[in-house]
Amino acid sequence: MTRGAPALEIARKVRDGSVSAAEVVEESLAAIDAVDPEVHAFLIVLHDDARSAAADIDRAVAAGEDPGPLAGVPVAVKDNLCTRGVPTTCSSRILEGWRPPYDATVVERLRAAGAIVMGKTNLDEFAMGSSTENSAFGPTRNPHDLTRVPGGSSGGSAAAVAAGLVPLALGSDTGGSIRQPAALCGVVGMKPTYGTVSRYGLIAFASSLDQVGPLTTTVTDSAALFDAIGGQDLRDSTCLERPAPRSVSVLSDGVEGLRVGVLAELVDDVDPAVAGRVREAAEALAAAGAVVEECSVPELRHGLPAYYLLAPAEASSNLARYDGVRYGLRVEADTVEAMNAATRAAGFGAEVKRRIMLGTYALSAGYYDAYYGQAQKVRTLIVEALESAYRRFDALLGATTPTTAFAIGAKIDDPWAMYLSDVCTVPSNLAGHPAISVPFGADDDGLPVGVQVLAPALGEPVLFRVAAVLEDAAPVAAPPKVHAR
Amino acid sequence: MTGPGPGEAALSAGWEPVIGLEVHCELRTRTKLFCGCRNAFGDEPNTNVCPVCLGLPGSLPVLNAVAVEFAMRIGMALHCEIRPSLFHRKNYFYPDMPKDYQVSQYDAPINVNGWLELPDGSRVGVERAHMEEDTGKTSHIGGGGRIHDAEHALVDYNRAGVPLVEIVSAPDIRSSSQARLYASELRAILVATGASDGRMEEGSMRVDANVSVRPAGKVELGTRCEIKNLNSLRSLGRAIEFEIERQVTLLESGATVVQQTRHWNEDAGETVALRSKEEAFDYRYFPEPDLVPVVPDAGWQAEVAVALGPMPADRRATLAALVGPAHASEARTDQIATVVELGLDGLVTAAAAGGADAGLALARAANEAAADVDAALRLDTAAFTTLVRMEQEATLSATQAKAVLAAMLESGGDPAEIARAKGFEALEESSLATVVAEVVAAHPDEWQRYVEGEDKLVGFFTGKVMRATENRANGKAVAAELNRLRA
Repeated sequence: MTRGAPALEIARKVRDGSVSAAEVVEESLAAIDAVDPEVHAFLIVLHDDARSAAADIDRAVAAGEDPGPLAGVPVAVKDNLCTRGVPTTCSSRILEGWRPPYDATVVERLRAAGAIVMGKTNLDEFAMGSSTENSAFGPTRNPHDLTRVPGGSSGGSAAAVAAGLVPLALGSDTGGSIRQPAALCGVVGMKPTYGTVSRYGLIAFASSLDQVGPLTTTVTDSAALFDAIGGQDLRDSTCLERPAPRSVSVLSDGVEGLRVGVLAELVDDVDPAVAGRVREAAEALAAAGAVVEECSVPELRHGLPAYYLLAPAEASSNLARYDGVRYGLRVEADTVEAMNAATRAAGFGAEVKRRIMLGTYALSAGYYDAYYGQAQKVRTLIVEALESAYRRFDALLGATTPTTAFAIGAKIDDPWAMYLSDVCTVPSNLAGHPAISVPFGADDDGLPVGVQVLAPALGEPVLFRVAAVLEDAAPVAAPPKVHAR
Repeated sequence: MTGPGPGEAALSAGWEPVIGLEVHCELRTRTKLFCGCRNAFGDEPNTNVCPVCLGLPGSLPVLNAVAVEFAMRIGMALHCEIRPSLFHRKNYFYPDMPKDYQVSQYDAPINVNGWLELPDGSRVGVERAHMEEDTGKTSHIGGGGRIHDAEHALVDYNRAGVPLVEIVSAPDIRSSSQARLYASELRAILVATGASDGRMEEGSMRVDANVSVRPAGKVELGTRCEIKNLNSLRSLGRAIEFEIERQVTLLESGATVVQQTRHWNEDAGETVALRSKEEAFDYRYFPEPDLVPVVPDAGWQAEVAVALGPMPADRRATLAALVGPAHASEARTDQIATVVELGLDGLVTAAAAGGADAGLALARAANEAAADVDAALRLDTAAFTTLVRMEQEATLSATQAKAVLAAMLESGGDPAEIARAKGFEALEESSLATVVAEVVAAHPDEWQRYVEGEDKLVGFFTGKVMRATENRANGKAVAAELNRLRA
């Protein structure tokens, strides 16, 4: 009845009383209970909380009150977003058992919009990774092929949406952590402009790059979820002072006359199957009236190395607080220093330790200028180069990922190969610009391909317009093998 | 330049000490630097805490605008240039630091390039005065409370996130007495700005000293040591003395000074090495990505400047002018310094404006009122003025005036009523005439000389009358009566 339906359709039915929130939630819970043992998208499912929230929505509907624009819509929340009283682990042993005393602003806004939090989803530990294999609680599997990764770090959220367990999920994107898993799982994933969505309650990985965003089955739902969570929050000083955006209203505006650049750097070096889909997408936009041209921003090639200095540098500082003193894991020892060291040695996984060491090194006296300082200059260069490209184009187009979903275990022992998964997505994080990945057909193995649209700061309306046209033009792809139909 | 103070003369000749002070002061904001928790000293441990100042995962700082205003006040009072500024993270592990980094200002502080003029006229440069957050407090339990034998440690995070301003002087100080003068003048300025209460004993003002010595006349600086744990002006002076002597002794014996952080042990009266330069933390400073730059525009700066009252030096000058250069003395200068330091100069200026003698008002404020500062600050200035005038007009004797002031400090009230209640009524004119007549009758020789024109004998007779009336007579009235009798 509502299973697999887009969020806004569910909300409409709940609001007009043709379906109860309780029924929607029961269906979602049943789907999770049936399918998630295979996929492992969720770290915790909130059966009781979800039922009780649904009952509140149904009471509001019965009383004639406005239950919110996302009334009764099940949503999954990445487990690096704080949920009051509910364990929030970042998929790390070091935070196991910790229950935040507060909701992240985005979670608060979801609840206020009537959405129902079904559970917390799996991720690479502290959002560091591109496959969700770096979870202390076991990997998530790609619903299209259970032997493959869902991407990461928001792999749990992407898989939950792809498998039809929930129509909406929240992820976080520091170097591609929403868009890359969205592409690999065949769903829509969007990273907003830095500062449009509050980071309050998002457990920091790299503060100057992190941004919360939606994973959905449709572009319309993506815009609706972005509208619900966006807007200024006085608890986040980096949040922009502007009213909450209204993106849904522009979705049907089309791309007639929009200038779209096809980014050589995001097409030339990717798998031919993926590159082919990007070219088809470009043709589809041209057919819809956009002015499409090839373009090149060579500075983007320096994005990945800069990112892998800046993000670990910030992470090394952000993750210092997990010292065993106040919350989470503590491994007892004779002195405070020994307790700190033992706790961190036992609590963090290999990838997190690698990045803390990288970042600590990059910030050390004598190395700062050569590494962190140099990376900041590259970041500035990339911003300027992209801004210059946006004087000629309204949006840019490219691949989201260099490959489709890879096999579990294929890259886990080769960090550099894994890091390359982010090569197409990091420039938008470095620049603070919005970008979206839209499913666009499949490769020869039937695995989903995502194409990426990039826009300048606060260019969400253009982003969603282009994405909507691509969604309509996308070749029909096979549905996931594992799906709650 | 300040010369050597007491106890400094023993130092080896031919060496010049070079001293710079780093002063941390807690700002008296209602709330903390980055959250809405109460900024209060002495509350139950861990009652003024929230996700932000506990550094809980996901929490973010939001800058307290009042703290920025207080920092600007301090900068303005120290003649600093106020600049667009940035916060950085200073990374190191410490259990009482919730995030294991301190948010502080590094290479872009809000206040730079100021100076402070000491009461002796010497001027000490202020390199910077920047904002940062305070840490929590650790207490070590068991094993006599010493860190290394303690059974466990307890941390109180009430102080974590309390706003601080760190004021870094230039290495312009040349003696321990000048260092004390600087610290004391800085404290007076901090209090005057309203930004801090400057209480060293409560730790709301904490001083670290950088000390080096060099051969007199040499420009190149010697190797310095930083001395911590200076909890009073006395400790500051003693520690610097000790450190200068230690370094001079080392250098004269042909050894070298090792750059170190040293801890002042008050009981032993010595500094001991804490850690050397090689062991110093690498703080890995980088710009705090959770905060945006602080750029106080001209309008905001102007608002803050307008709200800033006169500084201690100006207030001392005002009092000196009121008292008059003719009455200047070392005792007066000390009284002025005391009254300004305690913030009691309002009493004196009000009394002077109300027609009272400024010198007398100053003496009563510096000696009697200063004995109970909190009460003195609550004193009604009009009542104080009346009291000084009563004494000045000899309605009350000095002894009586002091007794009335003590009563006013204790429970307030009108000085005339208090005087009446204490039986300090001034003499009626008729009874004054009787006393004068008696005194004249008792000293016929002096009276004869006075009648023949020896005017200075007025003082003699007035003294006798005063003694006879236990100071209740009005001096002017006595002179008038004597003059009347002579005529």
